[in-house]
Amino acid sequence: MVSQSNDRADTAKNALNDEKPLLQIRNVTKKFGDFTAVNNVDLDIHSGELFCLLGGSGCGKSTLLRMLAGFETPTSGQILIESKDMSGVPPYQRPTNMMFQSYALFPHMSVEKNIAFGLQQDGINRSEIKDRTQNMLKLVELQGYEKRRPGQLSGGQRQRVALARALVKEPKLLLLDEPLGALDKKLREQTQFELMNIQYKVGVTFVVVTHDQEEAMVLSDRIAVMDKGAFIQIGSPTEIYEFPKNRFVANFIGSANIFEGRVIENTSKSLKITTDLGEVELKQSSTLTVGSTVYLGIRPEKISIDKDASSKKQDFTTSGVVEDIGYLGNTSRYKVRLDQGTLVDVTAQNHLRPQNRSHAFSWEENVSLHWDASNVMLLTS
Amino acid sequence: MTQSRSSFLSIMLFLGFAFLYVPMILLVIYSFNHSKLVPVWGGWSTRWYKVLFESPEVWDAVRLSLQIAVVNATVATMLGTFAGLAMVRFGRFRARTLFGGMLVAPLVMPEVITGLSLLVFFISLKDLFGWPAERGFITITIAHITFSLAYVAVIVQARLTGIGETLEEAAADLGAKPFKVMTSITLPRLAPGMLAGWLLAFTLSLDDLVIASFVTGPGANTLPILIFSRIRLGLRPDINALATIIILFVAVLVAIAAYIMFRQQKRELLDQQMAQSGGD
Repeated sequence: MVSQSNDRADTAKNALNDEKPLLQIRNVTKKFGDFTAVNNVDLDIHSGELFCLLGGSGCGKSTLLRMLAGFETPTSGQILIESKDMSGVPPYQRPTNMMFQSYALFPHMSVEKNIAFGLQQDGINRSEIKDRTQNMLKLVELQGYEKRRPGQLSGGQRQRVALARALVKEPKLLLLDEPLGALDKKLREQTQFELMNIQYKVGVTFVVVTHDQEEAMVLSDRIAVMDKGAFIQIGSPTEIYEFPKNRFVANFIGSANIFEGRVIENTSKSLKITTDLGEVELKQSSTLTVGSTVYLGIRPEKISIDKDASSKKQDFTTSGVVEDIGYLGNTSRYKVRLDQGTLVDVTAQNHLRPQNRSHAFSWEENVSLHWDASNVMLLTS
Repeated sequence: MTQSRSSFLSIMLFLGFAFLYVPMILLVIYSFNHSKLVPVWGGWSTRWYKVLFESPEVWDAVRLSLQIAVVNATVATMLGTFAGLAMVRFGRFRARTLFGGMLVAPLVMPEVITGLSLLVFFISLKDLFGWPAERGFITITIAHITFSLAYVAVIVQARLTGIGETLEEAAADLGAKPFKVMTSITLPRLAPGMLAGWLLAFTLSLDDLVIASFVTGPGANTLPILIFSRIRLGLRPDINALATIIILFVAVLVAIAAYIMFRQQKRELLDQQMAQSGGD
């Protein structure tokens, strides 16, 4: 498993260095009347990548996916697959296949016929269709279900039939619209890994649309965070989570405590910012001018919480009172009111079992909080 | 409390069903009346059934009605399906609501108006082109198609909206060209709606007296026209016999439809059980 995930990272890295991207999206805009669903997006996706389009409902992610499949036509801009312009190419001639949200299995056909449907359209001979269908059934572990109709399958089985049907034609690009959205939580977590393994085995490039940030984080090599039809940030899950560009991304992926601040000094190597909590020095270069407003973010799990002003040497220390406690079992979330008035979220691991069967910290308790300046995220807007 | 309510409900139920079925039961009983005068009971007999089966006029009317009904139902189902498809899948276009409204207008138009306008239409057609030379089978069929089409279109439209476009998109995505999508996905999914439309068009046509009376010509009597014209000369026992046969025919059709629906439901239930037990 470990070696495989290294392999994955390697292929992704190699792919990024490839010269020709598999999919090029060039300044694509889609308008429905006055409403701009997708606003001037630009993106390259390389062969072998598992790419996620992540955003809330109505952010344009599905519309973008439908343009890739050919169900919608861009108002302006170009989509190229293997450097071939796709404008005017109908869905049935594109080298893409799609796995639909809620699967869109043909209810009047058996599992076998559903999977074979795409191959039949290409006029492939019967014995080859049979072989390839069987291989797909083996891949998704549904042998013995050939003759069943979709109505006779459970949700998880339907999902796998849909995946097999979309993969059997060996598309260059597989488009997945909320592939796990219809499954319950336990099954979803298990299926995430199955999906990654299958992608690794078949080596097909995946573009996944999802609104579930956890799903995007687990699955993707790269994520594009979308809002109001535009890309806000594109990067690996780690980049997106640890180095969000702005407040929207910081809050959309996980949660963050955000403080407003002002740049007071900008040397080429570091940035000094003043906030309500005092001054912070960030060791990073930036083009921000002195006097401009910025936002600083700190993730709840990167703050440590202690009963007394600790001896630990950390860049930043402040104190407050526990106002609320959310006990999740493995972790606890504390809402701490700082002395100067701000409410801060802190997440702490519960590594020790509390012997008095109560929380590590209790309501109204005075605590001190610390964090390192290296964990502070600089958000430009 | 419960006791009184339930007896009240039983009485209402009994009265309601009596209201619906007593006239028909009387009709059936009197069809077996030996007497020549309908209201006078003359003992049990199948005499009038024999009279009926020996009357060539009745057989001609039955044949004509069935021919019209079948041709009407088939053509109306085809045209109505296309109309429904166009309305749902054509996409947004200007005046779509207007077209939608115009498509269903024949449903609310008084039959007398429809019949009259069609008669005027056929007469002017004959003046202009010499066709249709005489009114009868062809004119009644065309007239029936015009209003049956609207019913079929409404049913197909509802069914199409219900099944959505995703399946068709999935088929196109898998490489099916538009015609193939139509034949392998859309039409099989529409089949129950089309069958319902066909049956409705068939019954509407068998039922129709008003429009047929307007557009028919000499010698072309559909069954309703025949019954009505005979009744005008007074109640006749052989017509009671004919009505009884029609009631029997309809009852058999309804029973078959109910059985098919029952089987369908049972199958869906079995499917669900299978999905749950075979689930992972």
